[in-house]
Amino acid sequence: MKYTEEHEWLLPEGELITVGITEHAAEQLGDVVFIELPEPGTEVTKDDEIVVIESVKAASDILAPLDGEIVEVNEALVDNPGLVNEDALGEAWFFKMKVSDMSPMDDYMDEAAYKEFIG
Amino acid sequence: MTELLRTPLYDLHVELGARMVPFAGYEMPVQYPAGIMAEHTHTRDKAGLFDVSHMGQAVLRGASYAASARAFEALVPMNVLDLGEGRQRYGLFLNDTGGILDDLMFANRGDHLFVVVNAACKTEDIARMTAALEPDVAVTALEDRALLALQGPRAEAVLTELAPEAAAMRFMDVRTMELDGVEAWVSRSGYTGEDGYEISVPADRAERLARALLAHDDVAPIGLGARDSLRLEAGLCLYGHDIDTETLPGEAGLAWAIQKVRRTGGDRAGGFPGAAQVLDQLDSGAARKRVGLRPEGRAPMREGVDLFAAQEGGAPVGRITSGGFGPTVGAPVAMGYLPADISAPGTTVYGEVRGKRLPATVTALPFVPANFKR
Repeated sequence: MKYTEEHEWLLPEGELITVGITEHAAEQLGDVVFIELPEPGTEVTKDDEIVVIESVKAASDILAPLDGEIVEVNEALVDNPGLVNEDALGEAWFFKMKVSDMSPMDDYMDEAAYKEFIG
Repeated sequence: MTELLRTPLYDLHVELGARMVPFAGYEMPVQYPAGIMAEHTHTRDKAGLFDVSHMGQAVLRGASYAASARAFEALVPMNVLDLGEGRQRYGLFLNDTGGILDDLMFANRGDHLFVVVNAACKTEDIARMTAALEPDVAVTALEDRALLALQGPRAEAVLTELAPEAAAMRFMDVRTMELDGVEAWVSRSGYTGEDGYEISVPADRAERLARALLAHDDVAPIGLGARDSLRLEAGLCLYGHDIDTETLPGEAGLAWAIQKVRRTGGDRAGGFPGAAQVLDQLDSGAARKRVGLRPEGRAPMREGVDLFAAQEGGAPVGRITSGGFGPTVGAPVAMGYLPADISAPGTTVYGEVRGKRLPATVTALPFVPANFKR
């Protein structure tokens, strides 16, 4: 598992990466009430805004962590956005993307580094 | 940056695990560990305790209540004179063109008026009242009093355990009573759409009273986040957002707050700042109106979202002034201004969210029925 400075977690499996947000991010957002996911098949470039998350407090985005193609999204989040607050690291994954070049993963933080990052 | 002020309950908020944020010059709790959604629901189901000590409290004292009331009527378009002893009323300060400078509550407390104004406006409000009313009516800002709000269907049962006479109060009654061994000025009112009380006590006794109330199983501390979603569902205006110096009472849906005696043809018609513009709008109708809006789907439409009459083309016809998710409604809710001819409930308009125009239906306010003790 890797972590971004935007508080996303990235779980690589073969040529797929599953993306979600961390418990820390979910706690900062507060109760999540709306999630807009990309269409499967969408080609994305690193740092594209591809998911919208609205909490009771504010709106925020998830950025594409790498170049690739969205292959699957978690439709359960659309009907039950509160899953993000209940199980950010598990049930509340946002999307899976197919990535041809995994090398940028090396630039992201491991768990120890992320823990230090959020203090 | 000037240093943030703290209310007498600051230490208690921190002890309760509140997330503190700057608000109107104060460090205030936006939420406690339970979170905004749970706090909102708790208030609708049981009772929530709010610290509103940042708001401004003042006493206006002239030769008599009537003398103070007559003088105060030069500042607000309300019937102050005929307000019964032990009763409270909603009021508005207006500028010379009828724009709203602040909204407030005022009460007839026998020989004086008790006034509560918004935190962000209190310095200007006190200065305005002082300039207009003194020396005949003394204006005293009460810096040494805290203000708590106990809101929700269990509020009566909770407060009655401390003071049985609280049960006999009706909506907008005010009374002086002993609570936890200290003199409290209590009104049956609030900002949530629920039954409840607002309680003014000396600052040095506020924490003790708050702890006594929180000791009750039905009472939980509630932060500013849930206060905002509760008042939004109740269709209540937030000053600086839904009403400001650019809005007149008529278009803001606050005509009900201007009693007949102060309107055209009334015995004490006019005689307040902006009277010509305000009364003209009441007489001939406003070109735009504050409305409730229910966005379709789950995407909230927040303050600043432009409103359009059609899904494509055309310039914005209005704007969202408050919006978010309504936990009790279970869907997004919003308020904003629209031209009068498309302000009827049931009308579909479009809010532009992230470049997309999404439909929203004009809806009668409040979104959640009020639960006052009439």
